[in-house]
Amino acid sequence: MSKIGKAFENGKAFIAFLTCGDPDLETTAACVRAAVENGADLIELGIPFSDPTAEGPVIQGANLRALTGGVTTDRVFDLVRELRKDVQTPMVFMTYANVIFSYGAERFLSTCREIGMDGLILPDLPYEEKEEFLPLCHTYGVDLVSLVAPTSENRIAMIAKEAEGFLYVVSSLGVTGTRSEITTDLKSIVEVIRQNTDIPCAIGFGISTPEQAAKMAGLSDGAIVGSAIVKIIEKYGKDAPLHVGEYVRGMKEAVCRV
Amino acid sequence: MTNNNGRFGIHGGQYIPETLMNAVIELEEAYNHYKEDADFNRELTALFNDYAGRPSRLYYAKKMTEDLGGAKIYLKREDLNHTGSHKINNVLGQALLAKKMGKTRLIAETGAGQHGVATATAAALMGMECVVFMGEEDTVRQALNVYRMRLLGAEVVPVKTGTATLKDAVSEAMREWTSRIADTHYCLGSVMGPHPFPTIVRDFQAVISREIKAQLAEREGKLPDAVIACVGGGSNAMGSFYHFIEDKGVRLIGCEAAGRGIDTFETAATISTGRLGIFHGMKSYFCQDKYGQIAPVYSISAGLDYPGIGPEHAHLHDIGRAEYVPVTDDEAVDAFEYLSRMEGIIPAIESAHAVAYARKIAPVMGKEQIIVITISGRGDKDCAAIARYRGEDIHE
Repeated sequence: MSKIGKAFENGKAFIAFLTCGDPDLETTAACVRAAVENGADLIELGIPFSDPTAEGPVIQGANLRALTGGVTTDRVFDLVRELRKDVQTPMVFMTYANVIFSYGAERFLSTCREIGMDGLILPDLPYEEKEEFLPLCHTYGVDLVSLVAPTSENRIAMIAKEAEGFLYVVSSLGVTGTRSEITTDLKSIVEVIRQNTDIPCAIGFGISTPEQAAKMAGLSDGAIVGSAIVKIIEKYGKDAPLHVGEYVRGMKEAVCRV
Repeated sequence: MTNNNGRFGIHGGQYIPETLMNAVIELEEAYNHYKEDADFNRELTALFNDYAGRPSRLYYAKKMTEDLGGAKIYLKREDLNHTGSHKINNVLGQALLAKKMGKTRLIAETGAGQHGVATATAAALMGMECVVFMGEEDTVRQALNVYRMRLLGAEVVPVKTGTATLKDAVSEAMREWTSRIADTHYCLGSVMGPHPFPTIVRDFQAVISREIKAQLAEREGKLPDAVIACVGGGSNAMGSFYHFIEDKGVRLIGCEAAGRGIDTFETAATISTGRLGIFHGMKSYFCQDKYGQIAPVYSISAGLDYPGIGPEHAHLHDIGRAEYVPVTDDEAVDAFEYLSRMEGIIPAIESAHAVAYARKIAPVMGKEQIIVITISGRGDKDCAAIARYRGEDIHE
């Protein structure tokens, strides 16, 4: 089993996303530690991209702030090296195909192994294009996480059968961002996933409150939260770690009650 | 192996969110069905001819030919189409296809506003809802086109993210499409984006080269020696080149916007300054930094101000079948004024890039040789901006 599987061994998983370098890399490191100390089971580290087409305004803003602050892929690798001195929690990168392609896929993935990254989520790499990076992911032991969307329908089984790490179930149409209501029939989607794979699945997009997280974790193996955390970081800046920790504690408690 | 669907050599593909995959698959299936459908083709031809005013004229530019003293110059007058550019060809095709697919709403990106105006026009004609995403910077540069779109009943959404130009408008249109797919067709304006868009747009624009070939055969009884067109994403160029790709003796020349020069950061010349990457659903060449961050590009032309190029152009470049040359703002503005005075034809500043390159090569070609320049659009929209470029304080 991949190391990502460990994220699902402490009851329902709470998965936290942060954009690296917003407002700066030191704050990102402190926020990751705060999230882990307060129960986050898996950390998604966003490598900023100039044109994040799957993101809503909140994470777009974080990407822009990070890039304006001079964050690069190499500096994100340094951040992970520093974090891995004491953080054992599974971690994955979330970024866009061009960030990896332009760095050189082999150089990128070999660095992932060297620094202890467990997986990769690429919202612009659907099933049809995953061969772009999959062979190198296998060579370097990095899980390429697949996504399933509300529109996947007849594609769910095909995607689930080949999924690795965990399956990222996109809760709603559209881009990332908090939503007051999630209306997709996630129960049916998760049923098809369960029929086709044993790997865990977690639901993300639009989740911000403990109630939503509990509901989503009830339907799957965990809840993924990005924009709500990024909003806290945007609001509190360098003071964010304390608030992120507090928020994560509440969310983890909510998913554990399921 | 990578999926071969929609690949041009190594370029193309479908690098898009899972949310959109079934939408592009559905689009491809519908297109493959309707492109062979006699009724669809009859309807489209009627729209081309009766509504858009096709076939567009192939005009012998006698004064320009004599002035340059070399190759015979013909102008393919896409500027005379309804709505004033080649964009209407693709839009009528896609809108008709979307309608057949049961879609009731068109969304589009636009740079200069020509594609937005064309989409708003087709939506009005076919009774569809229309939303156009346009970089805020471009809504200022092309205020008249914003008004035209609104007049035609479209909603224009100014995009404030990133560089607030064409690439950001594409990103925002893609985001909108992921949030509303069931009733909405994304009417992409160029030979770019995920498969099947580069193929669909090319096929609808290929009417340009089909007509050039027939018109020139009638006038001159032979093929041209060179076909020249401007390239941003590359739809008018792809349309102008397509039926000549197999005619190896015909030089195919795409003119990229070099902005203030390819040795500056203020350029949009993708083939000259970009490198291979993955963005906006496709693998192709992009202007980007060493970490793959997409570069903020610049050109005086809002329609060529895009950091990438369509995958089929990237392939034609790789195999050496087409040449891609940079043309600066200065050269384009000179050509804009030149064609206006020489032939009484005010070209779009985009098309002026092609005119500029023709001025360079025509004098060194033989008098028996023929150049066809695609005048992709008319220049009325650019007059105020060019006047300002020349130091006159004119606003629309």
